[in-house]
Amino acid sequence: MSSAGTQSGAVVLTAQDISRAITRIAHEILERNRGINNVVLVGMQRGGVWIADAIKAAVERVEPGSTVGAGSIDVSMYRDDIGLRPVVPAAATNISVDLSGRTVVLVDDVLFTGRTVRAALEALNDYGRPRAVQLAVLVDRGHRELPIRPDYVGKNIPTHFDDEVLVNESGVVVTLAQQVEEKVS
Amino acid sequence: MSKSAAELVFQNASIVHPTGVEVGDVAIAAGLIVGVGSGLTGKKIIDATGLHLSSGFVDLHTHLREPGKEEAETIETGSRAAALGGYTAVIAMPNTDPSQDCVAVVNFVRQKATEVGLCEVVPSACITVGRRGEQLVPFAALHEAGVRIFTDDGNGVQDPLIMRRALEYSRDLDIVLAQHCEVSRLTEGAVMHEGECCSALGVPGWPSIAEELMLHRDIELVRLTGAPMHFLHLSTAGSVELVRRAKADGLPVTAEVTPHHLALTDDLLVGFDSVFKVNPPLRTRADIQALKDGVADGTIDAIATDHAPHAAHTKDVPIDSAPPGMLGLETALGVVNTALDVSVVRLVELLSWNPARIAGIQDRHGRPIAVGEVANISVWSSTDTWNVSRDEMASKSKNTPYHGMKIRGKVKYTVFNGELVVDNEKAVR
Amino acid sequence: MKHLLSADDLTTDEIIAFLSMADHMAEVNARPVPKVPALRGKTVVSVFFEDSTRTRLSFETAAKRLSADTMTFSASTSSLNKGESLRDTIETLSAMRVDAFVVRHKSSGVPLQITEWTDACVINAGDGWHQHPTQALTDAYTMTREFGSPQTLKGKTVAIVGDILHSRVARSNVSVLTKLGAKVVLVGPSTLIPASATEWPVNISHSLDDVIADVDVLYMLRMQQERMETAFVPSLGEYTTRFGLTAHRASRLAEHALVMHPGPMNRGIDMVVDPADVPGSRILKQVTNGIPVRMAVLFTLLGAGNASQLTQGTDL
Repeated sequence: MSSAGTQSGAVVLTAQDISRAITRIAHEILERNRGINNVVLVGMQRGGVWIADAIKAAVERVEPGSTVGAGSIDVSMYRDDIGLRPVVPAAATNISVDLSGRTVVLVDDVLFTGRTVRAALEALNDYGRPRAVQLAVLVDRGHRELPIRPDYVGKNIPTHFDDEVLVNESGVVVTLAQQVEEKVS
Repeated sequence: MSKSAAELVFQNASIVHPTGVEVGDVAIAAGLIVGVGSGLTGKKIIDATGLHLSSGFVDLHTHLREPGKEEAETIETGSRAAALGGYTAVIAMPNTDPSQDCVAVVNFVRQKATEVGLCEVVPSACITVGRRGEQLVPFAALHEAGVRIFTDDGNGVQDPLIMRRALEYSRDLDIVLAQHCEVSRLTEGAVMHEGECCSALGVPGWPSIAEELMLHRDIELVRLTGAPMHFLHLSTAGSVELVRRAKADGLPVTAEVTPHHLALTDDLLVGFDSVFKVNPPLRTRADIQALKDGVADGTIDAIATDHAPHAAHTKDVPIDSAPPGMLGLETALGVVNTALDVSVVRLVELLSWNPARIAGIQDRHGRPIAVGEVANISVWSSTDTWNVSRDEMASKSKNTPYHGMKIRGKVKYTVFNGELVVDNEKAVR
Repeated sequence: MKHLLSADDLTTDEIIAFLSMADHMAEVNARPVPKVPALRGKTVVSVFFEDSTRTRLSFETAAKRLSADTMTFSASTSSLNKGESLRDTIETLSAMRVDAFVVRHKSSGVPLQITEWTDACVINAGDGWHQHPTQALTDAYTMTREFGSPQTLKGKTVAIVGDILHSRVARSNVSVLTKLGAKVVLVGPSTLIPASATEWPVNISHSLDDVIADVDVLYMLRMQQERMETAFVPSLGEYTTRFGLTAHRASRLAEHALVMHPGPMNRGIDMVVDPADVPGSRILKQVTNGIPVRMAVLFTLLGAGNASQLTQGTDL
């Protein structure tokens, strides 16, 4: 993913907006789970990992002294579109705690069709039986193809299916489908 | 005989004589050449402008597979392939099943070929019974039945005692022994020429020395016994040199080379395609150059096809179990004409006059183009290029190594015993 | 990439891609449930015309950890004994909709020939003396894991010792290791080194004692009994004296040097010392590493999205 600043599309979230959204999500997670002790934050490779780290840092700021369980998960081997497009494993899965009986908060940058989340739910099974799985995303852009909804959302951004949404720490940029085509040609 | 009585006339052909090429007409009637000159006419007139007309080709080395392997080739399909290749006579190799080691089998082959009537099939016979290298065949009886060439082709006579005796015995008769030079102990399991490609592919190699050692042994046995010997399908630079020296010493030896050993190299095996597996194997560029030099300076006497049909299912196996051999009759002229840089006269000498003499059939093949001679004639273009396709072979098998290649030189008409058996590149039956 | 037939066909980049994919697969193998659904619905058939328990099990384990369905066809239980040809066998199996053939055959070139008779992927699991590409990738993976990264193989000296002539492992390793920049030395008697090996990008030595102190990796090959019968060596005893890894020779190895062997070892002949007593031995590690490497190969060929998969539409 290239830097948001160099894109020709519209900046819909600035770095500061992202920071605020993450802090809010941290509060919501604490509130809903009545603390953080039994919660494990699992970032989805690759885009969700830095957000999970940021939420973890925010939680630790809000409740000093707490330790937040965290990990990352790569879902490339669980996708339902293997063989239909080139798949390159993103990065390693790193879950060092047994998830059985815990509440897992899956973290990703953009929620779109829901297929990546479905793959992640399947992947999580191999690490134990969580008591519950919740979903936190920085951006929900709609167009779900599976019955999946987020529990924590940074911002809802209506898009066309073919629009491009780029997320990194410096901002969120939406490039309209028309512009995407122009860039390609 | 009046000019109008001719059944067939080739007009304006480039007639190949030992002394050179001369443009003229050739008239044929009742199996004989009845006129050579200009302004000849007859019942069927063929314009041969731009085409060479020569005595029909003679192949010293053809595997017709019948009896025994009719799935690969029959005397009929092989004869048709020969005619299309411009051949009016082929020597049938004796590694049939049963082997051509007795009068009965030899007569069967000859009779079958006569019925087909597309070319003369001259059976050769084994040197040893069943090609087992142990007991000599009845040379005199087979000679009586018309056999002139004896060979254990495919194996070669390994035992030096047997070969010495066979040579000595053959002196009593007007026959020639032909040796397939291979020390079989050095080629056990061999798939291809022992060289760089072979090392990379991890297959057992067929070293040049296995041919040269046997050739050397037999040259010395010829020196000892004084009996003539013909060497089949020589493939290495060292072999050419050995024959060159033997001839310089005045020994009665002759040698042939195949079109494929003049045109193809061992690296073609890189895709493990068994169509390129042949015995002796395809060798290196340096070997090809030495063979060409041998052809040019007369060390090599003849081009022989080693036409070796194999049914597809026998070649569709792991390369180490695939039988060696490739088709040759229909492509020989084109391949040789493309590969060699020799005169048309030398080309006919290699394809017709010399092999007819070696085979002992020079009374009816490889004759001059002259009135009164038997009309065994080949008419061909040395400039026509064509794409070889395995699907268009008259042979019953498809194992041509030239599939998809473009070669220059094509037979247009073949006349066998006065009958037009190939008419404008098509067999008449 | 449609097939994996020979290490000679691989570019350096492709080799490095396999090794890094293998790293990912090693992580999968380390999970509590070492299995992912990546190749669900794919059928992988092991077609073994020659016995090989370890390679077959390694491939089958790899396929199963990727959730592929596996079948085994071995010559001893097959209709080959009833005279069915190799071609008929492959065409028959293909008709059952196979996605990949993993092929082992005693004749060089068979995996390549098979590609003419099937649309499925063909993976060479060892053909004659020709090639065994997944073994070479496994060996390179084992070395690079020990030394750090694929780049660290540059300039390392690897001695491959023994019967080079009849070894598909040697041919494949020469190809892979030299592409990764290693200096390869072939060590063996002249009778067991192909005459044309002088044209390969390797050095050749006929004395293990001359080279052993300077190698980073000592790669021992299996020496077989039958080589004596055709006079490649006078006796196995003499072979061992010149080329066996004895305790004394092992003691001359550099401290960091690895000792490897593709197995099965011929103890007392190629391996005289007990590998358990050699600190640098990675022989069992090679077996372990075979699984992630073969997972990487299967996934690259069957799962990483090539056009033929798309048209076959086997994955929706």
